[in-house]
Formats: sequence, C-alpha cells, structure tokens
Amino acid sequence: MSIPAGWQIDIGLEIHAQLNTQSKIFSGASTLFGQAPNTQACAIDLGMPGVLPSVNAEVFKKAVQFGLSIGAKINQESRFDRKNYFYPDLPKGYQITQMDHPIVLGGAINIQKPDGTAKTIRVTRAHLEEDAGKSIHDFKPGYTGIDLNRAGTPLLEIVSEPDIKNAAEAVAYAKAIHQLLTYLEVCDGNMAEGSLRFDANISVRREDAETLGTRSEIKNLNSFRFLEQAIHFETERQISVLEAGNSLVQDTRLFDPDRHETRSMRSKETATDYRYFPEPDLLPVILTAEFIEHIKASLPELPGARAQRYQTAYDLAASDAALLSQDRRLGDYFDDVLTFSDNAKSAANWVRGDLLSKLKEHELSITACPISPKHLGEMITLIDQGVISGKIAKEVFTALWSKQAESAGDYVQQNQLEQVSDASTIEPLIDALIAENPKQAADLRAGKDKLLGFFVGKVMQATGGKANPKQVNDLIRQKLSGA
Amino acid sequence: MNLDFATLTDLQKVLRNRDVSATELTQHYLARIDALDPALNSFISIQAEDALEAAGRADETLARGDARPLTGIPIAQKDIFCLQGRRTTAGSKMLSNFIAPYTATCSEKLADAGAITLGKTNMDEFAMGSSNENSYFGAVHNPWDPQLIPGGSSGGSAAAVAAGLCAASTGTDTGGSIRQPAAMCGLTGLKPTYGRISRWGMIAFASSLDQAGPMTRTAQDAAILLEHMAGHDPRDSTSLAEPVPRFSEGLGGTIKGLRIGVCREFFTEGLDPAVEHSIREALAVYESLGATLVDISLPHTPYSVSAYYVIAPAECSANLARFDGIRYGHRCLDPENLQDLYQRSRGEGFGQEVKKRILVGTFALSAGYFDAFYHRAQKIRRLIKEDFVKAFDKVDVIAGPTAPTPAFALGAKTGNPVEMYLQDIFTISASLAGVPAMSIPAGLAHGLPVGLQLIGNYLQEGTLLQAAHQFQQETPWHTLTPPEAS
Repeated sequence: MSIPAGWQIDIGLEIHAQLNTQSKIFSGASTLFGQAPNTQACAIDLGMPGVLPSVNAEVFKKAVQFGLSIGAKINQESRFDRKNYFYPDLPKGYQITQMDHPIVLGGAINIQKPDGTAKTIRVTRAHLEEDAGKSIHDFKPGYTGIDLNRAGTPLLEIVSEPDIKNAAEAVAYAKAIHQLLTYLEVCDGNMAEGSLRFDANISVRREDAETLGTRSEIKNLNSFRFLEQAIHFETERQISVLEAGNSLVQDTRLFDPDRHETRSMRSKETATDYRYFPEPDLLPVILTAEFIEHIKASLPELPGARAQRYQTAYDLAASDAALLSQDRRLGDYFDDVLTFSDNAKSAANWVRGDLLSKLKEHELSITACPISPKHLGEMITLIDQGVISGKIAKEVFTALWSKQAESAGDYVQQNQLEQVSDASTIEPLIDALIAENPKQAADLRAGKDKLLGFFVGKVMQATGGKANPKQVNDLIRQKLSGA
Repeated sequence: MNLDFATLTDLQKVLRNRDVSATELTQHYLARIDALDPALNSFISIQAEDALEAAGRADETLARGDARPLTGIPIAQKDIFCLQGRRTTAGSKMLSNFIAPYTATCSEKLADAGAITLGKTNMDEFAMGSSNENSYFGAVHNPWDPQLIPGGSSGGSAAAVAAGLCAASTGTDTGGSIRQPAAMCGLTGLKPTYGRISRWGMIAFASSLDQAGPMTRTAQDAAILLEHMAGHDPRDSTSLAEPVPRFSEGLGGTIKGLRIGVCREFFTEGLDPAVEHSIREALAVYESLGATLVDISLPHTPYSVSAYYVIAPAECSANLARFDGIRYGHRCLDPENLQDLYQRSRGEGFGQEVKKRILVGTFALSAGYFDAFYHRAQKIRRLIKEDFVKAFDKVDVIAGPTAPTPAFALGAKTGNPVEMYLQDIFTISASLAGVPAMSIPAGLAHGLPVGLQLIGNYLQEGTLLQAAHQFQQETPWHTLTPPEAS
C-alpha cells in the first residue's frame, strides 16, 4: 500500500522482548514455555499474601548488553515502580516496571529502507518489567481460565521515537531489533511463543503539518505481518476519518486480523490512571561502572561491524557479508572455518550455499551442524592445494555431513580420491584415446574446439573424476591443437 | 515459682533445671488462655495440639541437654505472620479462610531457636489501627481494665503477654503498632531498624514502614527474642546485610555519660499531664544513672502524622490490590460477572478502616494529586530523616512519651479518626526515618501503664536495649501486672 498523496505517517513502536533467563525476573520459578497451566508459577508469581519480589541479576546484564549495542546511555541507578491496574492475569493488581529510571536511555538502530538506503531510528528508552499471565478464553464454554506461567517472565520494553514513516520501515525496524536481540542471545526471538510483541503508536498528518496528529495505540501485535497490516488498516482509517472532515480521538485499539480492522478498547478520557509510585519492596539497584565496562568488553562483534569486516578484509559481496553476519553463531562458524582455510570467498560460498541448504533441509541450526568448521576448512584447503577437485569435494562434503568421514583428508586418502595431476599418468591415457578415436582427433586438430570436451570427459571418466581437469585440458591442447 | 508472668530468662532457667517441663509450661499457658481469653479476645486462633506436640519434642531435647536458646518456651505470634498450614488472617474477613502455604522468615527463625507457638494473636485488620477495634474477629480488651483498648495494631499480642497467656509475642510496627500497645499494656516493645528483620511471610500493610519486633516483659527478653528474629534474608531485598549482635550479652555495664536527647516536640499540648509527669520522672532516673539530658529539636515532627497518612495508605492501596477473591481469600456468593466478583468480594472482605485507607491512598497517587500528596509526603519523610541524622550527632538516644495518653475506653475515639491518628504522633517519625525505637514501662497514670519511648540511631538497637535494661534495674514498672489477670 502506498501512502495517499498529501499525507504523512508517524509511527513509534513499543517492543516487548522476553529476556531468555532461566528463572523469572522477581522469583525463582522457571520461564519454560509450553508447560501445563499454572505449573510454572510460585507463590510470588501468584501474588500470595506476605511474599516479596527479589530481582534476578541476569536481567540487568542482558538489558545492559542491549543498551550498549545501540549506543545508549546506561542508567547506573536502576529503580522499579508499581503500575497499578486490575486485570485477571495480573495477580498482584500492579505490575513491577521502571517508570522514572529506565535502565537504558536513548540509543539508535540502523535499518535498511525498501529502496535500499539506510535510515536511523532513535530509541527513546528501554526498561525492565514483568510479563503478565494469560487469559485463556472459552477453555470451557462460558469460562475464562487464567494461566500464570508467563507471569513474571522478564521483559525489556524498547520504546522508539516516532521516526518511522510507513509500515515497511516499521517492519524493518522491528526485524532489526529482533535480529539484534537474538544476535546478543538475550531473547530467543520466538515470535510464535510471544517472545517479541509490538505496540504501535500511529498518527497521520497533512504533508505540510508541523506537529504530530492525534495518535492511536494498537496493542499486542505478535507478528511482523500483523504489525504491517495493522499499520495499513489504521492509517487508512485515520485518513478517511480526517478526509471526511471529522476529528480523531486519542485511543487504545486492538487489531483484529480476521476482520482486517482495528477496534477501539478505550479512549484517552477513560484511560486507566496507573498511579505509578516507587516499588517499596525493591531497593534501587546500583550498576557499577566496572560492571558496565565488563559487559562492554565482553560484547560480541555486532552484525554491522562484522559485515563491514567481511567486506573489507575478505572482499565479500555486501549481500554475502550481511547474510553471514545476521546470525551470530553462523558468523562464528564462518570465522572458525577461516582458521583452517585462507580462502574466504570459497568458505563463504560453501557456507552460504551447500551448508545452509543442508541445514535448512534438515531443519538444523548452525550450532547443531554435523560438519565442524575445522573439517570444512580442511576440505576447502584440499581444494585450494589441488588435492581434490570441486566435484570430488561435493562427495567429501556429503560424507562429512553423514559422518561417514572422520575428516576430509582421511576420507580422500581412504577412498583414493586425490586428484591426479601427474602428467606421466594422464599422458598415456590421452595417447590411447587419440589412437582409439582418430576421426575426433583429426577434427579437433582442424579447429573443432567443441571436441575438446569429448576428450576431457573421456579422461575424467577413465580416472574416476580424479584427474585435474585444467591439466587434462592443457595436455590435450598441447597434443591436438596447435601441434 | 509463679509461671504466669515469668520472663524468658526465668523460663530458660526452670526448663533447663527440669523444675518444670515444656509440656507443663505449655499446658499452663493453654489453661490460662482458656480461662482468661474469652474476656480479652487476644487470640484469633489457638494451636493447642501442635503446641503440645512441639512441647513434647522440646522436653526430649531438654532431657538430652542440648537445648537451644528458646527451647520449650511458649510464645504467641501476631496473626500477620504466615505459618505454613495455619490459618493466617491479618485480622480480616478477607483472609478468614486463608491457610498459608509458607512460613514467615522470622517465625521460622524463632521455631529454629526452639520457641513453641501457642496461637495467633488478634490485631487491627491488616495492622491498620491504634486501638485494636478494627479487627474482623472483634476488639481486644486491655488486661489492666477490660473496658479499655489495649492499643493497636498489635493489641492481641500486647494483651496476651500482659495477661500472662504466653511468655512473649511477636508484633509488627508500621507507625507505632508495637510501641503504643506495649505502652498501654505495660510491656517492653521494640521496633528495630527498618530491614533488621525480614518481612518475608509477613502480610504487608505499608512495605517501606513495616517492621516486625518483639513484645516482652523486659528489655532482656526483648534482646533475646530480637536475636532470634533478626538477620539478612535473601527473600527480602530490603532486609539488611548487617550482622546481628548478641544483644542479650551487651546489657550490663554503666550508661554513665549516655547522652539522652529530650525532644521539645514530644512535649506538646495533647500530652496528658499525668503521662508527662511519669516521663519526667523517668528522665530523672536516667540522670541519676549518670546519663546527660540534652534539649534537642526534631523540627519536622509535627508534619509526621500527615506524611504518614499519605505514604502508608498509598502503599497499602497497591499492597491490598491482590485480594480480589480469585486465588484465595473471601469470595462473594454468586458473582454476576468479573466486575461484580471484584467489587463484592472486596466490599464484603474489607472493613471500614481498610477501605478508607485504600481510598485515601488511591486518591493520593492519582493523576493530578500525586505531586501535592505523595511527592510532598516523601519530601517531609526525607526532612524527618535528616532531623534524626542531625540529632544523633549530638545524642545517643532520644527519649519521650510513647503515646500522649494511657489506654482509653473502647469506642472512645472510633468516631474521630484524627484523634485516633494522633495516638501515633510520637511513634510515627521513627517509622518514617527507619530508626529503631522501643517502649518500656515508666510509671502509672490514672492507675494505667505509661510507656517511655527510646529512639536510637540506625542499627543501634543494642544501645536502646542497654539503656532500657539499666532503667529496669532501677525501677519496678516492668514488674507490675494487671490486677485482673493475677
């Protein structure tokens, strides 16, 4: 969808990312997904009387990793607040969150616009909070069940500035955040399990208007597709209201993907007053400069820097560099291959091509890859040293994948697959072929170059593919062309 | 020996000498509860069977000669402390059916030290009150005169100890709830430094103010009980990591040279002259013991009640939101829908005072009023803290009355909340500052006990206990017992 002429759109996203800690943010209960309802909730998560929260220190580490990766300021004094509202899936009647002292302030992330140009989206803040439970509707006709397994799962809420100008940019931004969080391994990024959820603040204004229009907040979008669709429907709705000469009311809306519409939940006038105040059960957490420095020093090389390095150091194409950098473990694998091979381009081709398609075919992640970087690197080195041909390499690759080979070198040796580059072995074969096929030999001599392939093929056949094709070529030419 | 009003130290001795068994002692208190408590209503629940079973085990331990400090000593616990498998009501209809699935840290520590729990004591609902008239389980009567209130909110604990129904009790103090009932029932009650005792398992009223503490006959008993309640608890982030001194071993020795601050603001117009007389006499005793009296000012004291009645309700409005009738606690009959279930369960489950404070707190936190109320109250709280920090540069202890009057008649102040709230006028500032404070018997006014409040610097419970103990070596007030109970 394109934006109607004369209008512009402003979008800010709030991204709720579940941090992948073993236990919850304020209790020792497990965060494991997909368990029987209410089996992963302890007395603290249930909001029993007399229980108290205590903070899981892991969440600070993960939030700081994210903050430093987007160039944000880290608030050394991190405080928690209570956000008060009644809802069946919120057992305490308040959510513990960070209002005035978010752990991450500012920062920015680069996205690629649909036209390929780069754009920077500013991040306002990111703060820690606890997830709520889930209402399960109609689990029994007329009843709503409450599952508190999710209650207390740590969330990092990442709030952007309204720098996003259309649905495509919103999706690109959401994907960039998703990529960064999974790259840092602070969030599993599993959209189907709700590990990343979006709230979109959307407003429209005339192209010449200087101030932002009246916004609506679309809650709880749980896929990139829904995010995109919701923005389309909502901007269409807002523009049509305004074009009809009516005015908009600031409200909170729900996206209904089946009906292709957004519906108002509550307007500003009836909005909940959350009555934030400092959480008295938790003391402010002071993050020392050393703690932050330590995390900074142990941050992995980030995708952008990594892709840049692949382009400048190895002369890889931008698309290959980006592909190999998007997944941290894939990049690590590629880097490891290069400790056993000097041929970065060939390594990139093998990883990007054969390896990734095999992984995809078997639905494996790179960390479960049966071929170690060492074995792949050694195999590439064997090609580069002329020990095996590219054709044989495919066979070696398959053997390595199925674990039939201990290593590329052993396999080649055991199966006598070394490329034959010894002229004294190949020459007699060529001589014999010329003798057996005098007509074709004469034609080739007369300039019918197509027949070169005929002879090369015959030699390869006779050597079981082990002859060095380039050398065979050269030898046949010597004997039959210019001679 | 008469066991009715024996101190912990007396009981430790007789139990170890096998002059009396833990079982006999437990039976003795249970019999007194049967006889006297119907008139006092100091207990919400009695756990006779469990107590006798524990006493049996204590006797075995005592026979083996490896008794722990509190082995075989029957105590009472305020019904705000969760005990696993026991009903824990916080004095509310809302929790009248709540069986706690865990035990409060400080109750667990007392059990580990060998104490036997006889039962759970009555209290103002969710610890909100100064007279113990706000309990769903009925008012508690003062053993000194059943027509009078015992003070609150730990009124049941105070009455039970004062009437000799148990050796000692736990209490909690948010704005004076240990000290004021201790004063009115002639007991020694200590509110430690905020964070000294874990709040885990203690049902919250106002989290930034709530502190558990001992209610006993003597300062020495308070020292012993405190030793076995205090200590860092990883389950309470606000609990202090400081080591717990052996308080009971530091009571002897002179207090010569102790600088006692006499705070001008504690001798105001609302103070009963008979109470003031007792307090002045008590100060004279301290002078005779070699202490120096120093005139000091805590200038922000007059604002403490106002600040407290914003901060405490604000925190309680959130703390009590969890009681929605869904997972535990009172649920209304036949709710029409979720809204109805919430409204009627809470409407029926909470008493008037609790509702009032939830409303006040919700208002104080709401958009447009937050700055004028909550924010300003926090500013006053900081100023009150600074008052204490400055004062403790000059003095070691601050002394004054615990409450403006002795115990008053049941029903006398229920119609006048402001007058009721002024009961806490001398106790609230130490709560807001988080400093330790205690009340000790310091005389009689109109024939009723008067409490002397001693306030100490952060973590200086030892200084308070020593000052209290030395006073009790010179005065008979802590040995007086209610005429009706003997």
